[in-house]
Amino acid sequence: MKILVPVKRVIDYNVKPRIKGDQTGVDLSNVKMSMNPFDEIAVEEAARLKEAGKADEVVVVSIGEQKAQETLRTGLAMGADRGILIVTEQMPEPLAVAKILAKVTEEESPDLVILGKQAIDDDSNQTGQMLAALLGWSQGTFASKVEPGEEGVNVTREIDGGLETLKLTTPAIITTDLRLNEPRYASLPNIMKAKKKPIDEKTAADLGVDVAPRLETLKVTEPPKREAGEMVPDVDTLVAKLKEMGVAA
Amino acid sequence: MTTLVLADHDNKELGSATLSAITAAKKLGGDVHVLVAGEGSQAVADAAAKVDGVAKVLHADDAAYGHALAENVAPLIEGLMDGYDALVAPATTTGKNILPRVAAKMDIQQISEIIAVNDDGSFDRPTYAGNAIATVKTSDAKKVITVRATGFDKAATEGGSASVEAVSGPGDSGKSSFVSAQVAESERPELTSASVIVSGGRALQSGENFEKYIEPLADKLGAAIGASRAAVDAGYVPNDYQVGQTGKIVAPEVYIAIGISGAIQHLAGMKDSKTIIAINKDEDAPIFQVADYGLVADLYEAVPELTSKL
Repeated sequence: MKILVPVKRVIDYNVKPRIKGDQTGVDLSNVKMSMNPFDEIAVEEAARLKEAGKADEVVVVSIGEQKAQETLRTGLAMGADRGILIVTEQMPEPLAVAKILAKVTEEESPDLVILGKQAIDDDSNQTGQMLAALLGWSQGTFASKVEPGEEGVNVTREIDGGLETLKLTTPAIITTDLRLNEPRYASLPNIMKAKKKPIDEKTAADLGVDVAPRLETLKVTEPPKREAGEMVPDVDTLVAKLKEMGVAA
Repeated sequence: MTTLVLADHDNKELGSATLSAITAAKKLGGDVHVLVAGEGSQAVADAAAKVDGVAKVLHADDAAYGHALAENVAPLIEGLMDGYDALVAPATTTGKNILPRVAAKMDIQQISEIIAVNDDGSFDRPTYAGNAIATVKTSDAKKVITVRATGFDKAATEGGSASVEAVSGPGDSGKSSFVSAQVAESERPELTSASVIVSGGRALQSGENFEKYIEPLADKLGAAIGASRAAVDAGYVPNDYQVGQTGKIVAPEVYIAIGISGAIQHLAGMKDSKTIIAINKDEDAPIFQVADYGLVADLYEAVPELTSKL
């Protein structure tokens, strides 16, 4: 079995985004960038399937500026075998990303594509579902458990109110949720080894994909601030407040 | 201009997030139709027909739609979209699963989780875990939109008298099938529709402490139970308790945060609550900057005292 894992370079999870003064977006200059956390979970899952003898090859693919190479190296250090970088001038929207990934998928013919359920920058939660649509594949989104079997793959999904398990025909698209696994930290020897693993480079134009945006961002602003209220001295005061609000008898 | 709203439901009841999506759909202008795709879901179609502002209900009742499998429901919607200018769904796990599949097939760039429809035809949506609100406009001829329920009032469940029309689609794609569900059986209100929520954070230290400290207080208040991502990551409670940008977005009348420091991604999920109460022993915890009432105290003493005095 072959697994393709798309990974996105995003602002580090621990960095508080600063909005540019001219409201055109979030300032990403001199900001620590990392692999999207949900994509780390996707790489980890693929690496584990390989270690369990259920997959033979794990390929990571990233789309964006040259620096996305670093994100691919992280994936390679976590256990992926090789990388593909699709260079674009600006970050394409989810539909264009899905179109690029559909081309890569057609070239690579993986049995599974495992993606993060959403990127923590634009929070769209679209790419995996769109890729499944374009390829006509089955989709197991928000996965907390992935069990490849003789025929197809069983995916347990995090849904509102609990979990559900679906059986998908393969090839299939899977998107990861938080509880699927806990991603490893790459060891130093593996980081060194990853430097020697191959990364193939292409452009979106090479793949014949139009990445022109459909959405125009008119402005990016800070959310309205909530004013801090009052500190209460003790539990009795809090009880009185709850009674005033009518939530306690 | 006519908008189709995909109803979120469990084949028995119309999910309340659908009512917020209907309000958002009305703001687009023009007629609002609702699609109920399910199995044995007549009661849902009837309920949708009574919602204020709904002009027509399309009802696709088939075993293939009983579990809202995206592979089956997306082609059904696609087949109906000829007569519509926009497709809207609440940003529930079902809506988020299905809508991008429809959008991609129609070559439309979806607009996710809108919190406002502006007069100039643009939409506001939270990005960067709620740290940045993007105002966007689309150049696509048709729109596909998911709606964050807390951004819009719920449409009234009475007042409408829409016709219900049976529709059908391609049926079972054969690509996926339902195996099982583990849906939490609980007497408690559902997290996203509860009027009071008691949430616990990492300071609870264990699942047992959630049972011992959070549950009795929630019982007293008839509240739903939530949790921070840190508490979910630590394994104290299941993921469907998670309130935050990557979990559930809630806006109850009263939100009580216990032992939650107030990481930005958690605040993104609850800051639209009407009243926020925080109990934390760290007086510098960021949660106090958004709380209406803050109590600096050890939760292991304050919470049992609060529970006993209510």
